[in-house]
Amino acid sequence: MLALLAAAGWLKPDAAHAQAWNKAAFETHDMAETMKALGGAEPAQSKDIVFFQTPDIAENGAVVPIGIASNIPKTDSIAILIEKNPNMLAATFDIPAGTEPTISTRVKMGQTSNIYALVKADGKYYVASKEVKVTLGGCGG
Amino acid sequence: MADPMKIRANLVGDSTEVKVLMNHEMETGQRKDAQGKTIPAWFIQSVSATCNDKTVLSAQWGPAVSKNPFLSFKFKGGAKGDKVVITWVDSRGDKRTDEATIA
Amino acid sequence: MPCAFAQSTVDEIAKYRAALQDGNPAELWEARGEALWKQKRGPKQVSFEQCDLGLGAGVVKGAYARLPRYFADADRVMDLETRLVWCMVKLQGYSEADALKNPFGSGNEKKSDMEALVAYVTSESRGAKMNVALSHPKEEQMYRLGEKMFYFRGGPHDFACATCHGEDGKRIRLQDLPNLTGTEGAQKAYTTWPAYRVSQGELRSFQWRLYDCFRQQRFPELIFASDASVALTMFLARNANGVAFDAPAIKR
Repeated sequence: MLALLAAAGWLKPDAAHAQAWNKAAFETHDMAETMKALGGAEPAQSKDIVFFQTPDIAENGAVVPIGIASNIPKTDSIAILIEKNPNMLAATFDIPAGTEPTISTRVKMGQTSNIYALVKADGKYYVASKEVKVTLGGCGG
Repeated sequence: MADPMKIRANLVGDSTEVKVLMNHEMETGQRKDAQGKTIPAWFIQSVSATCNDKTVLSAQWGPAVSKNPFLSFKFKGGAKGDKVVITWVDSRGDKRTDEATIA
Repeated sequence: MPCAFAQSTVDEIAKYRAALQDGNPAELWEARGEALWKQKRGPKQVSFEQCDLGLGAGVVKGAYARLPRYFADADRVMDLETRLVWCMVKLQGYSEADALKNPFGSGNEKKSDMEALVAYVTSESRGAKMNVALSHPKEEQMYRLGEKMFYFRGGPHDFACATCHGEDGKRIRLQDLPNLTGTEGAQKAYTTWPAYRVSQGELRSFQWRLYDCFRQQRFPELIFASDASVALTMFLARNANGVAFDAPAIKR
């Protein structure tokens, strides 16, 4: 039960960190499957989730900078999903009280794809998306 | 053992801005070696950051996070001289903890 | 113009590159290199703090911006790597073969101490103005040799460095190629190596850059720390004089 709760993100981050990695959530292929693994309903589109430092075009898919900021009150977690990757979920971040709902990291993209920023706030899920084009430029040198 | 992380923690206004670089292959499990054998997945699965024993961020990652990962976030409540402690655990169970002093 | 891109594409790729600047994994190599620099190493258990990079024993700050240069103790013009090898042999007691092995890293299994040391030493010249002298006759000679090599055509493709890097506006697929015969091109190129290559997940030194250009031209292998590599480095480093060094950088 504890593991289930943690997987769903209901536990406080301190306790959740000790929990096992959510294998099921990292093996999904579409949004419905991912939401099921995360234990949430279909997310609502939101204009209060903003991408920053996220390019429209990535010169190399091995390193694509992604910044996500949520302006939704009581944001508990932010997740990055990449539609056309072999597995959709790239990363989840639990945001404890006192931490700004803003994260920035870098992900791999196999090809041009939509990126989803999935936010959980006050028990509900919200989503925003952005397309990033990937150009695997040039010769290896 | 894995090489140390590079952590920067700076007080900006009333927030502490943390920037971390980690040494890790972040092998996806999708690549093949020269002999055509699949290179097994090997990646950081969880990251946690604490300041004064309080968790300020925790994350779960899949292999889609880039090699030598970069992470940046901000939290309130840190003061100059406090330590930010970051730990990662990877899919082989290897673990690495490093810290930085808030400047 | 099949190779021309819309300005918006160029702008977006510029934004992508800008977004990578903050948080360059090259710093991981710099940190490892600094630890190696200070560590007592080799059969003689001596640290690089006894190694003179041209500004006195152990002085790292600004040293790379003045390399290559003539070293009287070795009676040879040396670039950074050649000098590090020299210090490993003379001070730390390594055999030359051991000092020369593994110049370029490959993943976690084969990390290169040399590349880490290069990352550290070069990072200590960030912001220093490139100031490579041709005051000693051997420095002048090395520069002229490098210049000759740059324009020398050969190999199965009848290529020279200048074939790709001798005019403005050249491109290989998506990649703009710097014109290294002009001051601006040489400055921009030389002062942004070493670089973390996101396509490889590795920090690459200028020696590696030259090595790989030789491979791409199908030239014979450029031997690491050879006079040929020093000569080309001398030619390009000297042409970059006058601007601030700005590496380790991050590139696609």
